[in-house]
Amino acid sequence: MENLMLLLIGIPLIGFALSLLVAERNEGLLSKLAFGTLVSQLLVLLLFLGLWMANGASPLNIKELSLYADDQYTFLLDFLFDRIAAVYLFTGGFIVMLVTLYSRYYLHREQGYKRFFNTVLFFYSGYTMVVLAGNFETLFIGWEMLGIASFLLIAFYRDRYLPVKNAIKVFSVYRIGDVGLLLAMWMSHHLWHENITFLKLSQYDVVHHQLESHSWIGVFISLMLLLTAAAKSAQLPFSSWLPRAMEGPTPSSAIFYGSLSVHIGAFLLMRTWHFWEHQTSIRVLIAVVGITTSLVASSIARVQSSVKTQVAYSSMAQIGLIFVEIALGLELLALVHFAGNAFLRTYQLLVSPSVVSYLIRDQFYHFEARRKTWEDYLPKKLDYALYMLSIQEWKLEGLMYRSWWNPMKRLGRRLQSWNVRRVLLVFVPVYAIGLLLSVNREFIPEFLHQNLPLLYSIFAVLVVMKAFAERRDTLLAWMLVVLNHCLIALAISFNEHFSSSHIYLYLSGILIPGAAGWWLLQRIKRKENPGLDHFHGYAARYPRMAFVFLLLCLSLSGFPISPTFVGEDLIFSHIRSNQALIAGLSALSFILNGLAVIRIYARVFMGPRAGRFYYRSA
Amino acid sequence: MKLNSSNHASLGAFDDEKTLQELRHYLPAQAPLKDFIHHNTLHAFQDKSFFAALRMASDSLGYDTQLSIREFRKLYQQGKIREDILRNQVRKNFPGADSVRWMHNMLEKSYPEKAFPAIGQLRMHWKKSAGIDLNSMVHPILFRLLCSYLDQGIAIRAFPAHEKGFLASVRQMERNSYVSFFQTKEIRQRFVDGDIQISSLLQQLVGEERWFERYLFDQQFAHPGWSGMVATIESHPHTLLDLRKINLHDLVCLELLLELDAVVAKFGSHFKPLAQHLSQEPEPLWPDTQPEERDLVLMCFQEALEWSYFDEVLAGMQQQLKRQEPQQGASFQALFCIDDRECSLRRHVEQLDPHCVTYGTPGFFGVEFYFQPQGGKFYTKLCPAPMKPNYLIKETTGKPELKRDAHFTKRTHGLLGGWLISQTLGFWAALRLFWNILRPGLSPATASSLRHMNEVAELSVEHLDKSMRENGLQIGFTVAEMCQRVEQLLKSIGLVKEFAPLVYVVGHGASSVNNPHYSAYDCGACSGRPGSVNARVFSFMANHPEVRKQLSGRGIHIPETTRFISALHDTTRDDIVFYDESGLPNSHLKLHLKNADVFLEALDRNAKERSRRLELVESKISPEAIHEKMRRRSVSLFEPRPELNHATNALCVVGRRALSRHLFLDRRSFLNSYDYRLDASGDALYGILKAVAPVCGGINLEYYFSRVDNAKLGAGSKLPHNVMGLIGVANGADGDLRPGLPAQMIEVHDPLRLLIVVEAPVSRVSEVIQRDAATHEWFHNAWVHLVVLEPETGSLFRYTEAGFESYKVITTQVASLSQMEALFEQVKDNLPVYQIL
Repeated sequence: MENLMLLLIGIPLIGFALSLLVAERNEGLLSKLAFGTLVSQLLVLLLFLGLWMANGASPLNIKELSLYADDQYTFLLDFLFDRIAAVYLFTGGFIVMLVTLYSRYYLHREQGYKRFFNTVLFFYSGYTMVVLAGNFETLFIGWEMLGIASFLLIAFYRDRYLPVKNAIKVFSVYRIGDVGLLLAMWMSHHLWHENITFLKLSQYDVVHHQLESHSWIGVFISLMLLLTAAAKSAQLPFSSWLPRAMEGPTPSSAIFYGSLSVHIGAFLLMRTWHFWEHQTSIRVLIAVVGITTSLVASSIARVQSSVKTQVAYSSMAQIGLIFVEIALGLELLALVHFAGNAFLRTYQLLVSPSVVSYLIRDQFYHFEARRKTWEDYLPKKLDYALYMLSIQEWKLEGLMYRSWWNPMKRLGRRLQSWNVRRVLLVFVPVYAIGLLLSVNREFIPEFLHQNLPLLYSIFAVLVVMKAFAERRDTLLAWMLVVLNHCLIALAISFNEHFSSSHIYLYLSGILIPGAAGWWLLQRIKRKENPGLDHFHGYAARYPRMAFVFLLLCLSLSGFPISPTFVGEDLIFSHIRSNQALIAGLSALSFILNGLAVIRIYARVFMGPRAGRFYYRSA
Repeated sequence: MKLNSSNHASLGAFDDEKTLQELRHYLPAQAPLKDFIHHNTLHAFQDKSFFAALRMASDSLGYDTQLSIREFRKLYQQGKIREDILRNQVRKNFPGADSVRWMHNMLEKSYPEKAFPAIGQLRMHWKKSAGIDLNSMVHPILFRLLCSYLDQGIAIRAFPAHEKGFLASVRQMERNSYVSFFQTKEIRQRFVDGDIQISSLLQQLVGEERWFERYLFDQQFAHPGWSGMVATIESHPHTLLDLRKINLHDLVCLELLLELDAVVAKFGSHFKPLAQHLSQEPEPLWPDTQPEERDLVLMCFQEALEWSYFDEVLAGMQQQLKRQEPQQGASFQALFCIDDRECSLRRHVEQLDPHCVTYGTPGFFGVEFYFQPQGGKFYTKLCPAPMKPNYLIKETTGKPELKRDAHFTKRTHGLLGGWLISQTLGFWAALRLFWNILRPGLSPATASSLRHMNEVAELSVEHLDKSMRENGLQIGFTVAEMCQRVEQLLKSIGLVKEFAPLVYVVGHGASSVNNPHYSAYDCGACSGRPGSVNARVFSFMANHPEVRKQLSGRGIHIPETTRFISALHDTTRDDIVFYDESGLPNSHLKLHLKNADVFLEALDRNAKERSRRLELVESKISPEAIHEKMRRRSVSLFEPRPELNHATNALCVVGRRALSRHLFLDRRSFLNSYDYRLDASGDALYGILKAVAPVCGGINLEYYFSRVDNAKLGAGSKLPHNVMGLIGVANGADGDLRPGLPAQMIEVHDPLRLLIVVEAPVSRVSEVIQRDAATHEWFHNAWVHLVVLEPETGSLFRYTEAGFESYKVITTQVASLSQMEALFEQVKDNLPVYQIL
């Protein structure tokens, strides 16, 4: 059984790895490989399901791989199979299989045929990882993979303006969700003092006992989970990203935003249900978020005049209802609803181009000028207001900017006078002092010792804000991202009981890619100066360099291919539960530096080629 | 319209109506999807000569109007541009110059990339100097408003006010609402009851009057898709089934208000207008430039590419003149559409039955009318788009066949409906999808050529009494009107005697699924609809005893034993349907069944020939097996290329079939039958050229421009397309409409201008093309090539700016071919001209 389960996780990963090796032009092999991967996983799944049900269908947990361990800390991979995983895995596998079969022909001759199948397999590996995850750490790995895969598929047409712009937009919302998860993990470390498995979370007495004495911690964790789930499932107030993600080829929009990716938030809630089922306030809150989203999203869906956005908002409204069902404890209903909604929206998106001939023909025979709808019976003023609000998507798109990103940018722009030399001039002595102090902790006065982590965290946030808002100097932005990591590491190292090997682990994933990225950017700069105020589209000219740089960016932003990833979790585990401010600042740093890095990649390598005339909105 | 382009900006006084008129002229003119009709994408420049127009469109509006030098050089290396032809072009274009040096320049010298175009150079200072990105703030809401207002039936809740026009409706909502489209109170107030004249809005936003016109060009050409759609609907409101009042003025006005709103929200009401942000004067929009060396090189390459193929074709045709006319007594005759997709089918039919004779003519068969099927609530125009028919043909029996698909129902988008449906129909969708991917088949989602008309319904072709009128249209044609149309058509194609017992009239249409551009696949001469009704109407007329009687009075004797039969050829599926077979006498029925077999086998072979360009279809199997695959392809959801449509078109032959019957033209030629011996006055030729130049030329140039700049003149890849309001496609949620052809339609097309070959005495052609200024423009400005082949002398004359010049072919040998099938299995690329043995 356990081996079979590992096979379920391994097959997509192997498929993905193999797909990287296939030649660009070999369409047949690429699509067959993808299809084969999906079919074999489905077969294994069916076999596994049979065995599992024969054994009583009780949740199955395997605690297997330890990615990192020392006396203070272990990073464990852990897997869980139960009813929720079964439904999600089967639905996902079936849809992705259909989509790979569909795309074999649909994407024929398209530039980026290989990129597409690579990314779909990568997405699916992440999806499997999330669905079968047995603890938060494992889930987080898959979570990050989904985020990157979404970014890459939305920006599939990387030489156009809007896809890249929207990919960054969606990524930034995802990033907020990631932080929710990271903070939930941080708190749960302090709550359980271990990598708690989901299976253990479902044991009533364990959870109940712990939460009795730490009720605010419980509320905090639940809130963070809700934040993460809402961001990923496009619930309020994050909703407006979903229609904007429809920039890739139709099949990828179908799997991501019609069906699978967007239901993952609901999955997270079901997965952690036992944790928050006794927190009535949280259940009410989840239901309120769900029902409000449903109402708002369906009012927006009613006025959509383009097919794909109409499907996006209808799907979102249904997910709101699924949230409500989960909050009510109707897990089975939620699962059925998920699968049905996923299938329906996939189909609707895939046949969406047919709508023209179908509806025009239908209209030709059944035309009725202005069919009445219930809104016609409202007072005029209310009717107009509702319509205008819905057309503007309840102004949600602007809300995120006004309340969140713009203030950050404004703050960052305050630091205009910074340049590479000045930053180093300040940074080197400040950091040196910090280092000196951290090794000689006994000489620090008590009040300073308490505030040093905070001071350095603030410095770290300022640095990364500047990186995020920088428009001219790419190298400066890149350097600031690296410095941000160093500062965070230093700030946390003032906490006691801290082994320096953790710092090395963390920084090893930063400094090497940091230096390599610097070198690559220097090389480009020698030819042309890539500022960050517009796109340059170098991926068209230097595809290999673009790929390498993407890997560097990922490892710099703590993606699970570098030690930084484990390090990040580990660094968080050293923040004490009473250092909420530091945790908050570190989380903010984490959001912003991921964004700054992806923005550098997008500006330099993606978008329309510099020096070429293009339509922004085409 | 002629435009004096040199001094727009300097004139000073701003006249908004004049500026809007100019904008309408330059904006894309593509109609909504259901009426997609090919036209010259750069129609606005047609009063200039071709290469001057390309340069102007490129320098001013930023279009790539030719292949790049790199692409041309690659074509040269591949042998698609012949060396001898290229040398010849160099000698011709640079007379007296050092041709060796020029050849070197053509092939080796590196030329700088084009500088930025003039368009956008003024308005970009909002972003560059003032630091505000107006496009990102205004486009999304503007596009949404336009799309919602014009929407033809996607949204469940329609735009709540629409009676008084776009701007008035938005204003009405803005007046009676708790919320606003504007961020600032100031601009909202101005919109609701202030001065919103374009000139006063521009005064506040731009500041200096001399920039007003330029500003509007920059603004509208930042989203040519939506602007062009609005301008087109303004001039053809009936292209929408659900009528909407809208005009460019309203769009410009609202856009200016939204821009003002964004600027005021950012800088406050006392902001600096754009004119004060200009660090340098933008260059004029229409600069007066001379061709540079780079332009000459490109021109040379373009012509060399074209004549590399044309020269072979002309050499082949010259040889055909020596052939004997086919012997008398045809087994049957068949009229096809002029369409290049019928070129190969005709060849296969003729090969299978060497005694048959085929003709080509525009596929509306000279009968122009509106059509209304049973139960239809609208009229459909079935003739070339510029014509305005006075006639209506109705289905008088039968009932509409309309299947529905629950997955398209709007209930799935409601909250409760969606809840119920997703848990029930949702699972059905999974099975449907699974099944459709494994075994594609016809479904309600398919746009099928057969559903255009009920196969067995009767049509009201004859106008029997004066009361038969509806909405200002006459129902049916009188005998005299029928007679006139039949005579005109038969004379123009040269079929006036020796009628066979059966004469087929074959219209064409196409079936496809998941294809918003479906109407571009149908018959262009029927306004983007299948030609089945026209074929039936024409056959009815030609079979009418009274018509025949009158015809014989005019010298056309159709024997009583001759029957006309109509049919429809589905070009994606390569299927044929015959209409009204039941009316045939027994003797004819037998003959017909024999001929039908010929058609069916020819269609198998045609499918095989078509498959050679498709990489994913195995070409080495039998024609029948390939045909089955091609049929399946036409109903596959995942197939973005149901057929390749007009791709690779390059020729149009106006002359007797004898000229092309034994030439392999690779489905690249429009074929219009014409017998110069029956047309001393040139009237028939005049009628043909008047239609052929804009129709075939329009198709050809739309393919040309979509191919050379698929990003700005074409629609880009169709894979990410999102259908907007049933009228157009855009990328993603916030994109501009994308007129032009998608990448999947043009990727195998080599951008050659059309060559029209006319078989007639040169003096007659010379006189005929002068008769109509609009037609003459096509030839004179070289938007299409024209060559006359004199049948008596066998000499060729090429039309240039200076008039007809003698043309000597360079190709000495045209290869012969007896076995075509092997060729179809081996070669995917364009094939040269062959003589068929």
